[in-house]
Amino acid sequence: MSLPVILFWILAVISILSAIGVVMAKNPVHSVLLLIVTFFTIAGLYILLNAQFLAVVHIIVYAGAIMVLFLFVIMLMNLNASGEPQKNNLVKFAGVISGGILLIVLVAVLKQANTGMLAEGSDHIGLIQNLGQALFKDFVLPFEVSSILFLSAMIGAIVIGKRE
Amino acid sequence: METLTNRAKPVDRRPMNFWEKIYLPAVIKGLGITFRHLFKKKATYNFPEQKRPFSPVFRGLHILNRDEEGRERCTACGLCAVACPAEAITMEAAERKPGEEHLYREEKYAARYEINMLRCIFCGFCEEACPKDAIYLTETFAPANYQRKGFIYGKEDLLIPFPPIENQSATEKL
Amino acid sequence: MFLEISAFLVIEKLILVAAILGISLFIAMYSTYAERKLAAFIQDRRGPNRAGIFGILQPLADGGKLFFKEEIIPEYANKFLFILGPALFMITACMTSAVVPWGSTLHIAGRDISLQVADVNIGILYVFGVVSLGVYGIMIGGWASNNKYSLLGTIRAASQIISYELAMGLSLIALLMITGSLSLKDIVEQQSHGVWYIVYQPIGFLIFLVCAFAECNRTPFDLAECDSELVMGFHTEYSSMKLGFYLFAEYINMFISSAVMVTLYFGGYNFPGMHSLHVSPNMLTILGVIAFFIKIFIFLFFFIWVRWTVPRFRYDQLMKLGWKMLIPLAILNLLITGALMLYPHH
Repeated sequence: MSLPVILFWILAVISILSAIGVVMAKNPVHSVLLLIVTFFTIAGLYILLNAQFLAVVHIIVYAGAIMVLFLFVIMLMNLNASGEPQKNNLVKFAGVISGGILLIVLVAVLKQANTGMLAEGSDHIGLIQNLGQALFKDFVLPFEVSSILFLSAMIGAIVIGKRE
Repeated sequence: METLTNRAKPVDRRPMNFWEKIYLPAVIKGLGITFRHLFKKKATYNFPEQKRPFSPVFRGLHILNRDEEGRERCTACGLCAVACPAEAITMEAAERKPGEEHLYREEKYAARYEINMLRCIFCGFCEEACPKDAIYLTETFAPANYQRKGFIYGKEDLLIPFPPIENQSATEKL
Repeated sequence: MFLEISAFLVIEKLILVAAILGISLFIAMYSTYAERKLAAFIQDRRGPNRAGIFGILQPLADGGKLFFKEEIIPEYANKFLFILGPALFMITACMTSAVVPWGSTLHIAGRDISLQVADVNIGILYVFGVVSLGVYGIMIGGWASNNKYSLLGTIRAASQIISYELAMGLSLIALLMITGSLSLKDIVEQQSHGVWYIVYQPIGFLIFLVCAFAECNRTPFDLAECDSELVMGFHTEYSSMKLGFYLFAEYINMFISSAVMVTLYFGGYNFPGMHSLHVSPNMLTILGVIAFFIKIFIFLFFFIWVRWTVPRFRYDQLMKLGWKMLIPLAILNLLITGALMLYPHH
């Protein structure tokens, strides 16, 4: 086995184990920390695909910002294993159904998805220059629309914050 | 209201102007001040090697003095204890026996003489009250101690040794 | 394929990593000494002068003291996370040094040895990512202590670092528009022949500098630990070498952020008149490294100098400065930079 394959297996196993841990952990803080580990391993997989920009942005945005806010809220609410509210059976049932539906959708999408190999010599596709070309030439309209979405979210946050 | 000194400065409550609001000029000014202090003369004394000189009027630990022949001057008259505002001094008088003339100058002497250094405020009234020039305040201070009783100085601590030892404070506790 | 690596390269990089780690630890160690000495001088005191001549062995004595102190883990603390916190903080502090170009290339035994551990094409983003992870060391440690002061310090630290990261990123984008590259090596090379980027980006540099202070938790932005109000904030419960790690990592952060600022805005290992010097390329590289470190030391001095001058911000002032002044200023800087770059073409 070559080095990338070994690394892939290590990262994949850690990724799946920690993802299971996120769901299984009793303590929500442990859950969040395991989720961060998952993000790291996924970033590692991006690097193996030579998509360095994606990997770093993944870490900055998810691990560096969003999960900090998650951790923040959980720490402030002081949730711990003993204080976990008892869920009644109805909630559990609804959870199983919605989770199952999500699984079916994902499986269906993955079955249809085109998982062909990348063309030989195209391993620079994830580098920042190519990514920039793709974003600002081929996908400029969706990109700008999503940035307007973010802007509106920001303005909304300010409006909510200003209303006393 | 008339102020005692004219150094008082009224509080300026005007809203900050633009230059004050961006903080930077004030920060740079402060940096200049601290930079100047880098090269100023240091105020520290390197204590064990270098000692700060006492002022000429410094009042420190007491000593009980002897006369030229080495006899104790104190006659246990009790004026120092009366003068003491902190009531730090206690004493017991005793009568001089025949054959002790080389030890005590007068017929009466202090058999016990104690100063509580925790009570003493080093005002020097005892020194002024003493008619026999027996008690003096020196230029040392009481060393630290673990127990309160270590600060009650008896006669053996206060009396200057005879003959005088060179280069050693008479009241230094060993 | 990018993962084809030779044994020589591995050895070379390992030596380089070890050297850089050693140097950054050494410099962090002596920045604690410099901090104490300069603080003393600014306050007209003498500072530590007992351990060795001029107190030069003081950092060793401090380290020895921390090693021999009692290791206390609070009874209700989360033990694993309590230990993980300082370790993580230290690791993230050391990680940034990998992408900083410490010097140009050396020619030894027919090989070109680059004095940079990894010239990744996303260098700045890597720095940024690692900085944003630094907050986990604080958060985990503070929360695991199970102490109100620690939690308050943690919350302050986390929200401060997140707030200032935004302004920092925006000020960097303006710089990146000029450089057109995210690689730190490229940025330094561009400054080798032209002027340093401080000339093009004075406002950007100012914002970056303020944010660097905030990210390093240095006074005037040391609200995370503020000794007087939160009794050291997130590391209240820490003792012994775990406390040492937190304190020490702060100095490593300071060293690395000085290095990054020198790289981005002050020409890295370039120095004025380096092209008119007639010396061998190896000599030039060594001189460059020396110039780089001199610039870093100037920044370290500045960090310490500011700490002993400016008092701590109040928390609302900190947030106001971050969100209402630095971020709009950074966006303005971005717009002006963009406009000036487009102007010559039309």
